[in-house]
Amino acid sequence: MDLHAFSEWLGTTPLSLLIQNVSWVIPTMQSVHILAIAIVFTSATMVDLRMLGVIGRDRPTAAYATRYLPWIWPTLVVLLLTGSVLIIGEPARSLQNPAFQLKMLLLILAMVSTFLLQRPMGRDPAYWELSGGRKATAALLALITLLLWVGIIFCGRWIAYIVVD
Amino acid sequence: MDSLFQKLYDTGFATSIRESATLFPTIESIHVVAITLVVGSIAVVDLRLLGLASRRRAVTRLTGEVLPITWLAFVVAVITGLALFSSNAVKYSHNTFFLAKMALLVLAGLNMIVFHFITSRDIQRWDESPAVPGGVRLAGAFSLTLWIAIIVCGRWIGFTMSAF
Repeated sequence: MDLHAFSEWLGTTPLSLLIQNVSWVIPTMQSVHILAIAIVFTSATMVDLRMLGVIGRDRPTAAYATRYLPWIWPTLVVLLLTGSVLIIGEPARSLQNPAFQLKMLLLILAMVSTFLLQRPMGRDPAYWELSGGRKATAALLALITLLLWVGIIFCGRWIAYIVVD
Repeated sequence: MDSLFQKLYDTGFATSIRESATLFPTIESIHVVAITLVVGSIAVVDLRLLGLASRRRAVTRLTGEVLPITWLAFVVAVITGLALFSSNAVKYSHNTFFLAKMALLVLAGLNMIVFHFITSRDIQRWDESPAVPGGVRLAGAFSLTLWIAIIVCGRWIGFTMSAF
Protein backbone atom coordinates (compact mmCIF):
# COMPACT_ATOMS: atom_id res chain seq x y z
CA MET A 1 0.00 0.00 0.00
CA ASP A 2 1.53 3.33 -1.01
CA LEU A 3 1.19 6.60 0.91
CA HIS A 4 -1.69 7.80 -1.26
CA ALA A 5 -3.70 4.61 -0.75
CA PHE A 6 -2.85 4.62 2.96
CA SER A 7 -4.10 8.17 3.50
CA GLU A 8 -7.27 7.42 1.51
CA TRP A 9 -7.87 4.38 3.72
CA LEU A 10 -7.06 6.31 6.92
CA GLY A 11 -9.55 8.99 5.90
CA THR A 12 -12.37 6.41 5.79
CA THR A 13 -11.73 4.87 9.22
CA PRO A 14 -14.39 5.52 11.92
CA LEU A 15 -11.90 7.52 14.05
CA SER A 16 -11.06 9.80 11.11
CA LEU A 17 -14.74 10.31 10.32
CA LEU A 18 -15.41 11.17 13.96
CA ILE A 19 -12.63 13.81 13.95
CA GLN A 20 -13.88 15.19 10.62
CA ASN A 21 -17.49 15.42 11.78
CA VAL A 22 -17.06 16.95 15.25
CA SER A 23 -16.26 20.52 14.28
CA TRP A 24 -14.39 21.58 17.43
CA VAL A 25 -11.88 18.69 17.49
CA ILE A 26 -9.40 20.01 14.91
CA PRO A 27 -9.18 23.64 16.11
CA THR A 28 -8.96 22.43 19.72
CA MET A 29 -6.14 20.02 18.88
CA GLN A 30 -4.40 22.78 16.93
CA SER A 31 -4.69 25.11 19.93
CA VAL A 32 -3.13 22.55 22.29
CA HIS A 33 -0.51 21.82 19.60
CA ILE A 34 0.53 25.48 19.34
CA LEU A 35 0.65 25.88 23.16
CA ALA A 36 2.92 22.83 23.31
CA ILE A 37 5.09 24.36 20.57
CA ALA A 38 5.33 27.50 22.73
CA ILE A 39 6.75 25.38 25.57
CA VAL A 40 9.21 23.45 23.39
CA PHE A 41 10.35 26.45 21.35
CA THR A 42 10.81 28.73 24.37
CA SER A 43 12.65 26.02 26.34
CA ALA A 44 14.96 25.38 23.38
CA THR A 45 15.46 29.12 22.91
CA MET A 46 16.53 29.64 26.53
CA VAL A 47 19.09 26.80 26.39
CA ASP A 48 20.32 27.77 22.94
CA LEU A 49 20.68 31.48 23.80
CA ARG A 50 22.77 30.47 26.84
CA MET A 51 24.97 28.23 24.68
CA LEU A 52 25.35 31.13 22.23
CA GLY A 53 26.36 33.40 25.13
CA VAL A 54 23.44 35.78 24.53
CA ILE A 55 22.00 35.31 28.05
CA GLY A 56 23.24 34.13 31.46
CA ARG A 57 27.00 34.25 30.88
CA ASP A 58 27.48 34.57 34.65
CA ARG A 59 25.69 31.24 35.22
CA PRO A 60 26.72 27.69 34.26
CA THR A 61 25.20 26.22 31.08
CA ALA A 62 23.99 23.32 33.24
CA ALA A 63 21.62 25.67 35.09
CA TYR A 64 19.80 26.30 31.80
CA ALA A 65 19.93 22.66 30.73
CA THR A 66 18.39 21.42 34.00
CA ARG A 67 15.75 24.17 34.08
CA TYR A 68 14.56 23.98 30.46
CA LEU A 69 15.55 20.74 28.70
CA PRO A 70 13.31 18.45 30.82
CA TRP A 71 10.28 20.36 29.47
CA ILE A 72 11.10 19.51 25.85
CA TRP A 73 10.78 15.71 25.73
CA PRO A 74 7.42 15.23 27.53
CA THR A 75 5.95 18.16 25.60
CA LEU A 76 7.06 16.51 22.35
CA VAL A 77 4.81 13.58 23.34
CA VAL A 78 1.88 16.05 23.59
CA LEU A 79 2.82 17.35 20.13
CA LEU A 80 2.98 13.81 18.78
CA LEU A 81 -0.47 12.96 20.20
CA THR A 82 -2.24 16.15 19.07
CA GLY A 83 -0.42 15.99 15.74
CA SER A 84 -1.57 12.38 15.27
CA VAL A 85 -5.22 13.41 15.80
CA LEU A 86 -4.76 16.14 13.15
CA ILE A 87 -3.22 13.62 10.71
CA ILE A 88 -5.96 11.02 11.29
CA GLY A 89 -8.59 13.73 10.79
CA GLU A 90 -7.05 15.07 7.57
CA PRO A 91 -4.64 12.41 6.26
CA ALA A 92 -4.69 13.51 2.62
CA ARG A 93 -3.91 17.12 3.56
CA SER A 94 -0.94 16.17 5.74
CA LEU A 95 0.85 12.90 4.95
CA GLN A 96 1.42 13.65 1.26
CA ASN A 97 2.08 17.35 1.86
CA PRO A 98 5.70 18.37 1.16
CA ALA A 99 5.52 20.94 4.00
CA PHE A 100 4.51 18.16 6.40
CA GLN A 101 7.22 15.82 5.12
CA LEU A 102 9.88 18.53 5.47
CA LYS A 103 8.54 19.32 8.96
CA MET A 104 9.04 15.68 10.03
CA LEU A 105 12.59 15.67 8.63
CA LEU A 106 13.44 18.91 10.45
CA LEU A 107 11.84 17.51 13.63
CA ILE A 108 14.10 14.45 13.55
CA LEU A 109 17.13 16.70 13.04
CA ALA A 110 16.05 19.01 15.90
CA MET A 111 15.64 16.02 18.22
CA VAL A 112 19.09 14.73 17.24
CA SER A 113 20.77 18.11 17.79
CA THR A 114 18.99 18.58 21.14
CA PHE A 115 20.10 15.09 22.16
CA LEU A 116 23.70 15.82 21.11
CA LEU A 117 23.64 18.99 23.21
CA GLN A 118 22.06 17.30 26.22
CA ARG A 119 23.85 13.94 26.38
CA PRO A 120 27.41 14.98 27.34
CA MET A 121 25.99 17.19 30.12
CA GLY A 122 24.49 14.11 31.75
CA ARG A 123 27.98 12.79 32.53
CA ASP A 124 29.63 16.16 33.12
CA PRO A 125 27.39 19.21 33.65
CA ALA A 126 30.27 21.55 32.74
CA TYR A 127 31.14 19.58 29.57
CA TRP A 128 30.50 22.43 27.10
CA GLU A 129 32.47 24.96 29.15
CA LEU A 130 35.75 23.06 29.48
CA SER A 131 37.44 24.34 26.31
CA GLY A 132 37.05 26.96 23.61
CA GLY A 133 36.45 24.23 21.05
CA ARG A 134 33.62 22.75 23.08
CA LYS A 135 32.07 26.18 23.61
CA ALA A 136 32.13 26.77 19.86
CA THR A 137 30.66 23.32 19.17
CA ALA A 138 27.85 23.96 21.67
CA ALA A 139 27.16 27.38 20.13
CA LEU A 140 27.00 25.86 16.64
CA LEU A 141 24.68 23.05 17.78
CA ALA A 142 22.51 25.62 19.58
CA LEU A 143 22.24 27.84 16.50
CA ILE A 144 21.36 24.86 14.28
CA THR A 145 18.75 23.68 16.80
CA LEU A 146 17.16 27.13 17.02
CA LEU A 147 16.96 27.46 13.23
CA LEU A 148 15.49 23.95 12.98
CA TRP A 149 12.67 24.85 15.39
CA VAL A 150 11.91 28.03 13.44
CA GLY A 151 11.84 25.93 10.26
CA ILE A 152 9.49 23.43 11.93
CA ILE A 153 7.06 26.22 12.88
CA PHE A 154 7.17 27.64 9.33
CA CYS A 155 6.50 24.20 7.80
CA GLY A 156 3.66 23.61 10.25
CA ARG A 157 1.87 26.77 9.16
CA TRP A 158 2.54 26.12 5.46
CA ILE A 159 0.80 22.72 5.60
CA ALA A 160 -2.46 24.71 5.49
CA TYR A 161 -1.44 26.53 2.29
CA ILE A 162 0.06 23.78 0.16
CA VAL A 163 -2.85 21.95 -1.43
CA VAL A 164 -2.38 18.25 -2.09
CA ASP A 165 -4.88 16.55 -4.36
CA MET B 1 -14.85 52.14 12.12
CA ASP B 2 -15.79 50.10 9.06
CA SER B 3 -14.82 52.95 6.71
CA LEU B 4 -11.46 53.28 8.46
CA PHE B 5 -10.81 49.55 8.18
CA GLN B 6 -12.01 49.63 4.55
CA LYS B 7 -9.37 52.32 3.84
CA LEU B 8 -6.75 50.09 5.46
CA TYR B 9 -8.00 47.16 3.35
CA ASP B 10 -7.69 49.28 0.19
CA THR B 11 -4.07 50.33 0.80
CA GLY B 12 -1.45 48.96 -1.58
CA PHE B 13 0.24 47.27 1.40
CA ALA B 14 -2.87 45.31 2.40
CA THR B 15 -3.73 44.51 -1.21
CA SER B 16 -0.30 43.05 -1.91
CA ILE B 17 -0.57 40.73 1.14
CA ARG B 18 -4.09 39.69 0.08
CA GLU B 19 -3.19 39.03 -3.53
CA SER B 20 0.14 37.27 -2.98
CA ALA B 21 0.12 33.50 -2.66
CA THR B 22 3.13 33.49 -0.33
CA LEU B 23 3.08 36.76 1.69
CA PHE B 24 0.18 35.90 4.02
CA PRO B 25 1.48 32.46 5.07
CA THR B 26 5.02 33.84 5.44
CA ILE B 27 3.90 36.71 7.70
CA GLU B 28 1.62 34.29 9.56
CA SER B 29 4.55 31.91 10.15
CA ILE B 30 6.64 34.76 11.60
CA HIS B 31 3.61 35.70 13.74
CA VAL B 32 3.46 32.15 15.12
CA VAL B 33 7.21 32.09 15.88
CA ALA B 34 6.80 35.42 17.71
CA ILE B 35 3.67 34.56 19.72
CA THR B 36 4.98 31.17 20.82
CA LEU B 37 8.03 33.00 22.24
CA VAL B 38 5.85 35.69 23.83
CA VAL B 39 3.60 33.17 25.56
CA GLY B 40 6.40 30.74 26.40
CA SER B 41 8.61 33.40 27.95
CA ILE B 42 5.71 34.93 29.90
CA ALA B 43 4.88 31.41 31.14
CA VAL B 44 8.48 31.09 32.45
CA VAL B 45 7.86 34.14 34.65
CA ASP B 46 4.31 33.08 35.60
CA LEU B 47 5.50 29.61 36.66
CA ARG B 48 8.11 31.28 38.89
CA LEU B 49 5.43 33.49 40.46
CA LEU B 50 3.27 30.40 40.98
CA GLY B 51 6.20 28.67 42.68
CA LEU B 52 6.18 25.86 40.10
CA ALA B 53 9.57 26.45 38.39
CA SER B 54 12.84 28.43 38.78
CA ARG B 55 12.04 28.52 42.51
CA ARG B 56 15.63 29.16 43.57
CA ARG B 57 16.12 32.06 41.15
CA ALA B 58 15.35 35.64 42.21
CA VAL B 59 12.24 36.92 40.42
CA THR B 60 14.02 40.12 39.31
CA ARG B 61 16.99 38.13 37.92
CA LEU B 62 14.61 35.92 35.94
CA THR B 63 12.50 38.79 34.60
CA GLY B 64 15.64 40.76 33.72
CA GLU B 65 16.73 37.85 31.55
CA VAL B 66 13.39 36.76 30.09
CA LEU B 67 11.34 39.93 29.57
CA PRO B 68 13.65 41.49 26.92
CA ILE B 69 12.99 38.33 24.85
CA THR B 70 9.25 38.72 25.53
CA TRP B 71 9.19 42.38 24.41
CA LEU B 72 11.24 41.77 21.28
CA ALA B 73 8.96 38.91 20.27
CA PHE B 74 5.88 40.97 21.18
CA VAL B 75 6.95 43.81 18.86
CA VAL B 76 7.37 41.30 16.02
CA ALA B 77 3.96 39.76 16.85
CA VAL B 78 2.25 43.18 16.78
CA ILE B 79 3.84 44.23 13.47
CA THR B 80 3.05 40.92 11.75
CA GLY B 81 -0.41 40.86 13.39
CA LEU B 82 -1.20 44.33 12.01
CA ALA B 83 -0.08 43.23 8.55
CA LEU B 84 -2.33 40.14 8.68
CA PHE B 85 -5.21 42.27 9.99
CA SER B 86 -4.83 44.85 7.23
CA SER B 87 -5.20 42.20 4.52
CA ASN B 88 -8.84 41.64 5.52
CA ALA B 89 -9.45 44.44 8.04
CA VAL B 90 -13.23 44.81 7.93
CA LYS B 91 -13.90 41.09 8.18
CA TYR B 92 -11.40 40.59 11.03
CA SER B 93 -12.89 43.54 12.93
CA HIS B 94 -16.25 41.72 12.94
CA ASN B 95 -14.82 38.32 13.92
CA THR B 96 -15.83 37.32 17.44
CA PHE B 97 -12.56 35.51 18.19
CA PHE B 98 -10.50 38.44 16.92
CA LEU B 99 -12.43 40.83 19.19
CA ALA B 100 -12.07 38.41 22.12
CA LYS B 101 -8.34 38.15 21.46
CA MET B 102 -7.97 41.95 21.51
CA ALA B 103 -10.00 42.21 24.73
CA LEU B 104 -7.86 39.51 26.36
CA LEU B 105 -4.68 41.34 25.26
CA VAL B 106 -5.97 44.49 26.98
CA LEU B 107 -6.68 42.47 30.15
CA ALA B 108 -3.18 40.92 30.02
CA GLY B 109 -1.74 44.42 29.67
CA LEU B 110 -3.79 45.70 32.63
CA ASN B 111 -2.69 42.70 34.71
CA MET B 112 0.94 43.55 33.90
CA ILE B 113 0.45 47.23 34.80
CA VAL B 114 -1.20 46.36 38.12
CA PHE B 115 1.60 43.87 38.84
CA HIS B 116 4.33 46.35 37.95
CA PHE B 117 2.99 49.33 39.89
CA ILE B 118 1.06 47.78 42.78
CA THR B 119 1.52 44.03 43.36
CA SER B 120 5.32 44.06 43.12
CA ARG B 121 5.93 47.20 45.19
CA ASP B 122 7.30 45.12 48.08
CA ILE B 123 9.28 42.82 45.77
CA GLN B 124 12.47 43.15 47.91
CA ARG B 125 10.70 41.13 50.58
CA TRP B 126 9.96 38.10 48.37
CA ASP B 127 12.31 38.44 45.38
CA GLU B 128 14.59 35.58 46.52
CA SER B 129 11.87 33.52 48.17
CA PRO B 130 10.50 30.39 46.44
CA ALA B 131 7.04 31.13 47.85
CA VAL B 132 5.65 34.55 47.00
CA PRO B 133 2.57 36.34 48.50
CA GLY B 134 -0.90 35.22 47.40
CA GLY B 135 -1.55 38.35 45.34
CA VAL B 136 1.62 37.75 43.33
CA ARG B 137 0.65 34.12 42.70
CA LEU B 138 -2.77 35.31 41.59
CA ALA B 139 -1.17 37.70 39.08
CA GLY B 140 0.86 34.79 37.69
CA ALA B 141 -2.20 32.55 37.40
CA PHE B 142 -4.22 35.32 35.77
CA SER B 143 -1.46 36.06 33.25
CA LEU B 144 -0.97 32.40 32.31
CA THR B 145 -4.72 31.88 31.83
CA LEU B 146 -5.09 35.03 29.71
CA TRP B 147 -2.19 34.17 27.39
CA ILE B 148 -3.42 30.61 26.88
CA ALA B 149 -6.84 32.05 25.97
CA ILE B 150 -5.16 34.53 23.58
CA ILE B 151 -3.47 31.67 21.70
CA VAL B 152 -6.70 29.66 21.56
CA CYS B 153 -8.65 32.68 20.21
CA GLY B 154 -5.92 33.28 17.63
CA ARG B 155 -6.24 29.75 16.30
CA TRP B 156 -10.05 30.01 16.16
CA ILE B 157 -9.79 33.25 14.14
CA GLY B 158 -8.21 31.24 11.35
CA PHE B 159 -10.95 28.67 11.61
CA THR B 160 -13.84 31.11 11.48
CA MET B 161 -12.37 33.37 8.76
CA SER B 162 -11.58 30.72 6.15
CA ALA B 163 -11.02 27.03 5.63
CA PHE B 164 -7.62 27.10 7.36
